[in-house]
Amino acid sequence: MRLEPIANPSFARSVVPPALAIAATVVIASLLAMIAGADPFAVLGLIIKGAFGTKFALLETLNRATPLIFTGLAVAVAFRARFWNIGAEAQLYAGALVTVVLGTGALPWPGFALIPTLALGAVLAGALVLLVPAILKTRFGVDEVVTTLLLNFIFLLFISMLLEGPLKDPMGMGWPKSARLIADARLPRMFEGLRLHWGFGLAILCAVAVWVIQTRSTLGYEMRAVGLNRAAAAFAGIPVNRVLVKTALLSGGLAALAGFSEVAGLKGSLTLDLSPGFGYTGIIVAMLALLNPLGVIVTAMFVAGIFVGADSMSRAAAVPTYLADMMLATALLLMVLAIMLTRFRVRRE
Amino acid sequence: MEIVDILISASFWAAVIRIATPLILATMGELICERAGVLNLGIEGIMVAGAFAGWMAVYSGTGLWMGVAVAMVVGMLFGLLHAALTVPFGLSQHVVGLGVTLLATSSTYFAYRLALPQVTSPPKIAAFQAYEIPILSDIPVLGQALFSQTPFTYLAFALVAATGIMLYRTPLGLAVRAAGESPAAVAAQGLSVTGIRMGAVIVGSGFMAMGGAFLTMSAFDSFFFEMVNGRGWVAIALVVFGSWKPGKALLGAVLFAGFDALQIRVQQTSLGADIPYQIFLMTPYILSIVALILVSRRAQVPAALMIPFNKGER
Repeated sequence: MRLEPIANPSFARSVVPPALAIAATVVIASLLAMIAGADPFAVLGLIIKGAFGTKFALLETLNRATPLIFTGLAVAVAFRARFWNIGAEAQLYAGALVTVVLGTGALPWPGFALIPTLALGAVLAGALVLLVPAILKTRFGVDEVVTTLLLNFIFLLFISMLLEGPLKDPMGMGWPKSARLIADARLPRMFEGLRLHWGFGLAILCAVAVWVIQTRSTLGYEMRAVGLNRAAAAFAGIPVNRVLVKTALLSGGLAALAGFSEVAGLKGSLTLDLSPGFGYTGIIVAMLALLNPLGVIVTAMFVAGIFVGADSMSRAAAVPTYLADMMLATALLLMVLAIMLTRFRVRRE
Repeated sequence: MEIVDILISASFWAAVIRIATPLILATMGELICERAGVLNLGIEGIMVAGAFAGWMAVYSGTGLWMGVAVAMVVGMLFGLLHAALTVPFGLSQHVVGLGVTLLATSSTYFAYRLALPQVTSPPKIAAFQAYEIPILSDIPVLGQALFSQTPFTYLAFALVAATGIMLYRTPLGLAVRAAGESPAAVAAQGLSVTGIRMGAVIVGSGFMAMGGAFLTMSAFDSFFFEMVNGRGWVAIALVVFGSWKPGKALLGAVLFAGFDALQIRVQQTSLGADIPYQIFLMTPYILSIVALILVSRRAQVPAALMIPFNKGER
C-alpha cells in the first residue's frame, strides 16, 4: 500500500472522510452502550439531552467547556510549531496555585485591579513551568514529550504537598484544600441570573487573540514555519529555538488561565481534583479543531457536551461514564485518519 | 547510618528487583518499537489494559500463566491499532500514541465498571508466589535478592536476554534495527518495512501489557485505578537513558528501581519523618528527567525514529 498526495482535493474528498469518522464514532458508542446492556438510541438521546437539552444543561456544558478552550488553545499553539506540550495539566495547576496564593487575602485590592493581576500572575506561572522543558529541549536536546508528561506528576505532588502544608485551609476540617478566595478575587457572572462566569468570555477572547497572532503576526508565521519544517525554517533565517521558547511561553500561559478561571470563576478554592484531566483532554479538543484556535471554541463545547451529557446519562441508564472518554479517544483516532484521507489517496501496490 | 543498613539488607535488593520488573518489561517493549522506528506513546494505556486483562482473566478462573497470555494478547491488539494507524498510514506517532493511551485506559475502566458494578474494593486473586531457586538463592544478599523472586520476574529477565539476542544475533533483529535506521535500505533488500515495523510495535505492545500485568498478578494481587501511575512514561525515559540498548536499559531500570526502593525506606527513618512524603514520591520522576539531561548530549537515536516510510518516496 502506498500514499499518494492529491493535488486538488474535491469537495467530496474533503467532507466525506471526516463525516464518516463522526458516524463511525457514533456507531461504536452505540455498540458499547449495547454491550453495557442499554438501548443505544436511548443512551445517545440521554447524552444529547443531558448536554444541550435544558438551559441548565447548556450552561453546565459552557462552564465545562471553559477550561477546555484554554487547554485546547495551549495545545493548538504548541502542536502547530510541533512542540509537543503534553503538560497542560501541570501548567493549569500552576495557574490555579498563583490564583489562590495571591487571591486569598495576600493582595487586599478591589476586583478591577486584583482580577487582572491574578490572571497575569497565572499566565507567568504557567509560562515558567513550560519554560523548563522548552529550555531543556533547545539547550540540551531533551525530548519535551517525556519531560512535560513527567512534570505533570511532579507538579501534582508539589500541589498536594502545599495543600497539606502551608496552603492548607485551617477551617477546612482537615481536608487538603486551600482557603477560599476573597470576594474581590472572584470572577463575576457574564449575565445577570445565569450561572456562567467571565472565564468563558476570557476564553473566547483568548481564542480570537491566538487566531490573530497565528494568522496576522510575524510570530505566527514563524511558528507555522518551524512546525512545517525546522531545517527549512532555520535555513530561511528564522531563529528556531527562540520561536520554540516563545511558543512554549504562550502555550504554558494559556493552559494556566484554565486553572485561574476554574478557581476564580467556579470553585473558589484549590483542591487536588480541580482538573479531571483538562490538560490531556485539551489535546483531543485541539486535534479535533485541526489546531485552529477558533475551531477550538466549537470542539471544546462538543467535548464538554459529551462529558456533561455522559454524566447525566450514566445516572439514568446503567452505562459507565467512561463511555464518554472512549467516544472521544475513538473520535480522535478516526479524525486524524480521516484528515489524512482528505489529502492522500491510498493506492494498492 | 540507617541508609547503610538499608543498602546491605537482602530485602532491600529483593524489593529493587521487584520494583524493576514492570519497568524492565515495559522498557523492552518500547525499545523494540523504537528500534524499528516507531515511538509508542500508547505504552501507559497499554500497561493499564494489560494490568486489568491479566488480573480479570485469573479472577474469572484461568490459570496465572493463561492470565499473562491474555494480557499480552490484549496489549498486542492495542499495538495492532497503533501500528495500523502510524505505519501504513504514517499518522503522527505523538497523536496516535496519546489516543491509544486514552482509548486503552478508558476502555479498561469501562470494562472494569461493567464487570464489577457493585464492588467498593476490588477483589483479590491468588497472585504469583516467590519461587526460591535452589542453591543460588542461598548466596547472601545478591542471591537472596535475585533468586527468590516470582517466576514472572524470571520471565522478564529471560525476555531481556531474548530481546538482546534477537536484535543483535539474528537476521530478524538486523531487519528491525535497519527499519529504524534506514528503511529505504530495508525496502531495497526486498523486505517489507511496513511488515517489520508493524510486527515490532505489536510484539513490543505485548511486552508493555505484561509489564502492567506484573503489577496486578505479582507485585500486588488486585487492580486499582491509576495503578500504573506514570510507569509507562518512565519506561520511555529509560529507553533513552539506555541508548536504545537492552542491557543498558535493564541497568537503567534497576538503578531507577533502586532509588525508588530507597526513597520508600528512607521515608520510614527518622530522617524521612521531617520531610513531606510528596518529596519522596517526586524523586523517581525528577530522576528520570535528570537522567534524560545527562544522556541526551550523546544519545544515539535511531535515525528514522518517528519518520514514516512511504515506499516510492525518496
